[in-house]
Amino acid sequence: MDEKPIPLTQLPINKRGKIIGLDGGQGFQRRLRVMGIKEGQIIKIVTKQPFRGPLTIAVFGCQMTLGRGMADKITVEVI
Amino acid sequence: MGNPNVGKSVVFSRLTGANVIASNYPGTTVDFSKGKMRVERDTYEIIDAPGTYSLEPSNKAEEVALKMLGDADIVINVIDSTNLERNLYLTLELLEQNKPIVLVLNIWDETKHLGIHIDEKRLQQIIGVPVVTTVALSGEGIKNLVANIKNAKVNDKIKPTSEEGRWIEIGTIIKKVEVVEHRHHTLRDRISDLTIKPLSGIPIALGIIFISFWIVRLIGENLIIYVLDPLFDNYYLPLIEGLSEQIGPGTIHILLIGEYGVPIDKIESLGMLTTGLYIPIGVVLPYIIAFYFMLSLLEDTGYLPRLATLVDKVFHKLGMHGHGIVPVFLGLGCNVPGALSTRTLETRKQRFISATLLAICVPCMAQLAMVFGVLGKHGIFYIGIVFVTLTLLYIILGLILNRFIKGESPEIFLEIPSYRRPSFKATIKKTWMRIRWFLKEAIPFLFLGVLIINILYSIGILQFISNALQPIMTGIFGMPGDASIALITGFLRKDLAIGMLISLNMTPLQLVIAVTMLTVYFPCVATFAVLIKELGIKDMIKSAALMLGVATIVGFLLKLILLGV
Ligand SMILES: Nc1nc2c(ncn2[C@@H]2O[C@H](COP(=O)(O)OP(=O)(O)OP(=O)(O)O)[C@@H](O)[C@H]2O)c(=O)[nH]1
Ligand SMILES: [Mg+2]
Repeated sequence: MDEKPIPLTQLPINKRGKIIGLDGGQGFQRRLRVMGIKEGQIIKIVTKQPFRGPLTIAVFGCQMTLGRGMADKITVEVI
Repeated sequence: MGNPNVGKSVVFSRLTGANVIASNYPGTTVDFSKGKMRVERDTYEIIDAPGTYSLEPSNKAEEVALKMLGDADIVINVIDSTNLERNLYLTLELLEQNKPIVLVLNIWDETKHLGIHIDEKRLQQIIGVPVVTTVALSGEGIKNLVANIKNAKVNDKIKPTSEEGRWIEIGTIIKKVEVVEHRHHTLRDRISDLTIKPLSGIPIALGIIFISFWIVRLIGENLIIYVLDPLFDNYYLPLIEGLSEQIGPGTIHILLIGEYGVPIDKIESLGMLTTGLYIPIGVVLPYIIAFYFMLSLLEDTGYLPRLATLVDKVFHKLGMHGHGIVPVFLGLGCNVPGALSTRTLETRKQRFISATLLAICVPCMAQLAMVFGVLGKHGIFYIGIVFVTLTLLYIILGLILNRFIKGESPEIFLEIPSYRRPSFKATIKKTWMRIRWFLKEAIPFLFLGVLIINILYSIGILQFISNALQPIMTGIFGMPGDASIALITGFLRKDLAIGMLISLNMTPLQLVIAVTMLTVYFPCVATFAVLIKELGIKDMIKSAALMLGVATIVGFLLKLILLGV
């Protein structure tokens, strides 16, 4: 099992990852956290838009789109 | 209160009988609405608030929701049962607020298909406030909710904690009350994937947009040709002609019908009962019906957030993010709701750009009707020039504003709802609500417009302006001086200018310039009023200066390019 931490942007599509850290400002982190994007959460990438466009992720049963820059601040490990 | 897109507005409509717009994307409701509900002898005032993920607002719509919470005596917390875990976060925050709460597990119907089992009785025991399950769309469980409102209780089981503490609490609650069966990929998931992945999603998006416009035009045109024009020509005009004889020449005739003695024309006569009624009902209404029908379909299926994802990159270059597509779509119907929906954007910069571009480059149905009405008989080519100009303008202005407006443009962060089959009844109802709203707004303004113009004509002001502006109009924009009257009329309502433009005998290319300038230079007064409220007076002045400046430049450039002089 590969457990190297990587930014969420590098998680391959359809692989599951576990969030191990959030970076960035307080307000930003809280915005993610209240949506359930927090340490320990299992996360999956549905698709990535080209030219560093946004990512669409699946957390709990629901999907969300978030910008590349945001995703860069989320660290995950592949599980 | 509750998360976005959980069905709060539908529950509200059920409770109060009031009609509010509900759609399958987060951020439908951006302002509050109030309604009354009677239970036995008591009357409750119910408020529908915008959705929010937490009690710390991240945009203007969420701020509204929080203000509403402050005023509330009882909180009805609506949540999406198919997404219990995420929704419970706000619930816990609310439970800590010391307000009586009823918890509503809405969208209960979908849990069955998704293999989600929730033990609502157990949940009620744990959190200590009444829990009811509802299917707001069909009305199931609403009676139970009404009966339980008086049981609303301040929670005494959950103690205030931190954000981390709440998630731990939610973890334990979920373990006790929810079981989720494993489930395979359904057709719905596959469609969802196809429409959001760039390779398949972009062609699908282009197809959907193209087909939508094609259908709008098809429905609109056919309504005019086969329904409304025959009605007006065969039944209404003879009536008016009779009336004309009765009234005889004079001021009243001019106001109600138009000039006496010349053949009555439903577009050009400029009377309240001729132009004033025919334009909104005979010209704009058919497109309004067609457009809102298609928009409702797009909204209710849940397609818009996917489109927002696909176009995010482009909109980011224009200083907004993907959600900026929503004001554009709503604005195509009417700029007023379009301007309101800019509230879901996070920063002042994004809202300013979005609202300004909306006012300048996005033609509402009244404007589109004007474009079709004036240029339609000259051919699709001329209509095309107008659309290409407006699109280019949207992009170029966006690029420029993004560079020069100070402030941040945060990235997109948007929930993608699952697809739902739009209910036929809901779609029709929503279309009807919007049509009624249009008629209520448009007809008084057109009457007023006709009145004002006739007065200005009779005291000679318009002729004076026309003469004074004649050198500018001809010199810079290549149009006859009288076209300035059409432009002035457009301040009130753009569709009012149709008749004037037609009666001026301009060439198709001159008409293209006139129509484009009319679209660009200023929104109608109604939109203007909303923009002042949304942007503040200072930003609105900037925005208005931009509109006038851009209109002048565009008119001049078009003259150079199209007329070659
Ligand atoms: N299947 C199902 N769909 C529902 C139910 N209640 C609401 N919906 C649908 O859910 C979507 C969202 O409903 P809204 O009432 O607009 O949601 P809202 O909570 O007001 O959303 P915002 O105003 O964006 O915060 C709409 O498409 C509704 O038709 C339900 O009980 N079952
Ligand atoms: Mg709503």
